[in-house]
Amino acid sequence: MSWLSDTLTSTIGRKLVMSLTGLFLIIFLVVHLAGNFQLLADDGGLAFNAYAKFMTSNPIIKFTSYGLYAFILIHIIMSIALAVKNKNARPVGYDKVKGSANSSFSSRNMGILGFIIFVFLVIHLRNFWYEMHWGSIPMDEAGNKDLYAVVNAAFAEWWYVAIYVACMVGLAFHLSHGFSSAFQTLGVNHSKYTPFIKKLGIVYAILIPAAFASIPVIMFFNS
Amino acid sequence: MKFKLKIWRQKNNQDKGAFKTYELDGVSSDMSFLEMIDVLNEQLIDKDEDPVHFDHDCREGICGMCSMYINGEPHGPLRGVTTCQLHMRSFQDGETITIEPWRAKAFPIVKDLAVDRSAFDRVIQAGGYVSVNTGGTPDANEIPIPKSVADEAFNAATCIGCGACVAACKNASAMLFVSAKVSQLSMLPQGQVERSERAEKMVAQMDEEGFGACTNTGACSAECPKGIDLSNIARMNREYLGAKVGSQS
Repeated sequence: MSWLSDTLTSTIGRKLVMSLTGLFLIIFLVVHLAGNFQLLADDGGLAFNAYAKFMTSNPIIKFTSYGLYAFILIHIIMSIALAVKNKNARPVGYDKVKGSANSSFSSRNMGILGFIIFVFLVIHLRNFWYEMHWGSIPMDEAGNKDLYAVVNAAFAEWWYVAIYVACMVGLAFHLSHGFSSAFQTLGVNHSKYTPFIKKLGIVYAILIPAAFASIPVIMFFNS
Repeated sequence: MKFKLKIWRQKNNQDKGAFKTYELDGVSSDMSFLEMIDVLNEQLIDKDEDPVHFDHDCREGICGMCSMYINGEPHGPLRGVTTCQLHMRSFQDGETITIEPWRAKAFPIVKDLAVDRSAFDRVIQAGGYVSVNTGGTPDANEIPIPKSVADEAFNAATCIGCGACVAACKNASAMLFVSAKVSQLSMLPQGQVERSERAEKMVAQMDEEGFGACTNTGACSAECPKGIDLSNIARMNREYLGAKVGSQS
């Protein structure tokens, strides 16, 4: 299998890994968002809590979630490996760089934007994911852990909502380059489809983070 | 026109190097950028100082030697040209112009603005060739090639190997250069014999030379004097990954 490790450690292979894990995370965001919308249901969180229980107990979902954790870690570790390699490729930098003349802000700052998302993930997982799995959460009327109450309490704090929204802006910029870049890395560049993929990437990068950010904002004003 | 020139001076590869600022007066707006440096160098020689070393050859935009990173961009602010085709009318009178060499581990500095781009030659040697039959000269147009394919291959073949893509890339990646060379041959019937081996070997050599990876910023293509398209990089990725998966060893 040495050809496989050779391939996956080449510059193109590493980018392939970034692309595939990134595309998986892009799909994951849609699923996650769909679940989050239940926070806005006017039922005191019953539907959301039942959904949270299903997502943490169903064996197929559990299996998929281990894949998700792995892909997030691989995406992060590979990006660090690539950043180190890229830094080594130019040990002495330029005095003056006019990056805006030839490339987009997002494309030049994927690492920093990714770091913002990482910081968000740490806060996010600590507050909700960790609490759901190992925290002591009271039960709701239906006998499910009342994760809704935990979320509602967090989103009642203005600063928490502000951090959330700011991180979603970071995610939007990350996706605005990452979406179409993932296809380019896979070798999907075609005069018929690439213009569409680029537009879809921009629409996705605006819509999904905006929808994520809208939930804490709405809950803050409802609280 | 009058300029303040902030130029990178470095005695040799071991020297640390530093910027030195020169004032230059009486520059014509019709001078090319290289002619402007020529004027500076004549003055330096008159003063018994070491002239600024820079690469140049054809001075008509097709050899790719004149590697200079001017005001934060390879070959300066003008699109689709090399430094020799950049004229002083593209600058403001009295402007400070920063001139740096290509910066990449794979392009060691020889002196001042001149860098060693042999890494590109070694990438070409690794796989940028085709097998040719011995015997009589074949007739022209003997092998039918669709016009669209011929055009696309020709566009890739216009790459002059100047290294602006590496200089422009925030990762000092050579993907645009290597992909142009992989593409021009992989699209044509003559290039099929070594097709899969070529992609594997040229990418391996590219990595060996220490170039960075591609972030798809598009800076390379935007700064390329020949306008080599990013679709070539996607094609190389297809060629490479396909070769890795499909080859026998």
